[in-house]
Amino acid sequence: MIVYILCFVLFLVGLYGVITRRNLIKIAISLSVMEFSIFLILALIGYIDGGLAPIVDPGTPAQVYVDPLPQAMVLTAIVIGLATTAMLMAIAIRLYRKYKTFDIREINKLRG
Amino acid sequence: MDALIPLFVAIPLISAFLIVILGKLIKSFHRILAPLSLLALLILAIYVFTGLGNSSISYALGGWTGNGGKPLGIYMVLDGFSILMLCIINLIGLIALLYSLAYISKYTAESNYFALFCLIVAGMNGVVLSGDLFNLFVFLEVSVISSYALVAFGVGKTELEASFKYQVLGGLASMLILLAIALIYWQSKTLNIVDIRVFFDAGYNRSFYVFVQVLLIAGFGMKAAIIPFHAWLPDAHSSAPSPISAMLSGVLIKAVGIYVLIRLFFNLFVFSYEIAMILTSLGAISMVVGSLLAIIQWDLKRLLAYSSISQVGYVVMAFGMGILLLVRGNNEAAAILAIAGGLYHMINHAVFKGLLFLNAGSIEHRLDTRDLKKMGGLSRVMPVTYTTSFMASMSISGIPPFNGFFSKLIIIIAAINGRFYLLATLAVLVSIITLGYFLKFQRFAFFNKAAGQAVKKIKEVPFPMSFSMIFLAVLCLALSLLALPSVRETILSPAIDVLIQAELHSKTIIGM
Repeated sequence: MIVYILCFVLFLVGLYGVITRRNLIKIAISLSVMEFSIFLILALIGYIDGGLAPIVDPGTPAQVYVDPLPQAMVLTAIVIGLATTAMLMAIAIRLYRKYKTFDIREINKLRG
Repeated sequence: MDALIPLFVAIPLISAFLIVILGKLIKSFHRILAPLSLLALLILAIYVFTGLGNSSISYALGGWTGNGGKPLGIYMVLDGFSILMLCIINLIGLIALLYSLAYISKYTAESNYFALFCLIVAGMNGVVLSGDLFNLFVFLEVSVISSYALVAFGVGKTELEASFKYQVLGGLASMLILLAIALIYWQSKTLNIVDIRVFFDAGYNRSFYVFVQVLLIAGFGMKAAIIPFHAWLPDAHSSAPSPISAMLSGVLIKAVGIYVLIRLFFNLFVFSYEIAMILTSLGAISMVVGSLLAIIQWDLKRLLAYSSISQVGYVVMAFGMGILLLVRGNNEAAAILAIAGGLYHMINHAVFKGLLFLNAGSIEHRLDTRDLKKMGGLSRVMPVTYTTSFMASMSISGIPPFNGFFSKLIIIIAAINGRFYLLATLAVLVSIITLGYFLKFQRFAFFNKAAGQAVKKIKEVPFPMSFSMIFLAVLCLALSLLALPSVRETILSPAIDVLIQAELHSKTIIGM
């Protein structure tokens, strides 16, 4: 149980960062922290205490295996996370070239 | 026919790939390949639509079919509702792409634009077709990541800022969705939508169920820009190049937001009164607040973006009313009418909001401004833009004989039949406010002679742009035919059947 709570704490740390940080790069890092807390939850879901790697061997039946599907999902989600982070960084660098700052208080031409 | 299903994702993906590789080498390769692939998709969608009727077909990727009623692999499912969405996506996509052929010349890196355009279409087609939750998430990310890039395509100060804002909020929404998918998998040990439905039918832990539903409403509500989650939409949709605004407002918020919300709350979860109340009130709030925010805008594209929020509110409200009436169970005819109204308004909104953004793009193309105060007197010099935008404005504000009138009428009649008198009054009031801000657009952009001294030299936009606007304007009139009961039966009924008879739907998919 304590692991799930720690995951949730990690999620909240990321959310706190997204809300309070004023630096574009730090916002991107906070988003990544949030993302990885969810990856951890996904990996934990597939974990079974004492389970083996899911390589089925007909010789020794009735083994306990961990669930492989969440692992595949985490891998896919990490790749997607890489794409979003790369995109976010590219935009942040372009913004820096235009404004000469990473501070979101000075990048405020638009108002929701 | 089920072998045709993966083509909807494969064709745009392959053309995006080829355009990136060969676009720089062969001159105007992308200008030929991208419209051709979208045209092929549209023909394919219409062909499948005519052959589908009331049935639903599915395709098992890699041949991994089910095992004793339990689906194993990845399914792509095509039924009455998803084929309707496919037709809208590919139609608006083709028109916006034709428009781009002339519009995009003012930007550099044309081939990247067309590649991203194909990717966004591939993502949306995948979302609409995928039969399991995780693939839905993957395709959703494909389409939204390419939309992040397209919003920033102008690389000006406002475009980049809008894109950053859009990415932070969109990333947050994606995480909520992924968390909800993880939790659902934890409980049900399956990702297939139909299989999860079977699992939930057998019984569920109530507090868990409500938590997941709220996560999903927050996540997809943010993608669909329902009012408390709308902050990114006016910036992103007004900063993007105009054909992309038409794609984003016209189809992206529907395909990755509303479509998924409706699919999940009708076909995955068992109907519940509280969630239906939440959906209905969120819809009503975004309908009212969106229109009130739109009327104070002076930036043309921001006005249209806020109006999108308001019109999306109509759709969500209609579906919410449908679920409420189905839960009560005493007035199924009104529920079906509400759902039909929601579907019909969703199709109509894609057409007229796409057209309005294309009009805004034409004005921006010739005048280089989006400020309504700096326009004026354009009705003489840009007759095509003027006529089509007038038709679209009348259509969106609900003036007969245009399509918007009929879909709003159906929603209002359903609300009165279901005894939601407050919602019916609000819908009428919002329609009047909508008329107000579109008359403001017409007056300041096309008449207002005082500002129009320098407009003498302005010419009408080139042929591809005017052709796509005229096509959509004709469609605005033609879609009124859907109000006829016999036409509605053939086109909307399969979609409604899929939505309200979830058990039947799951039997046909699992029973293969």
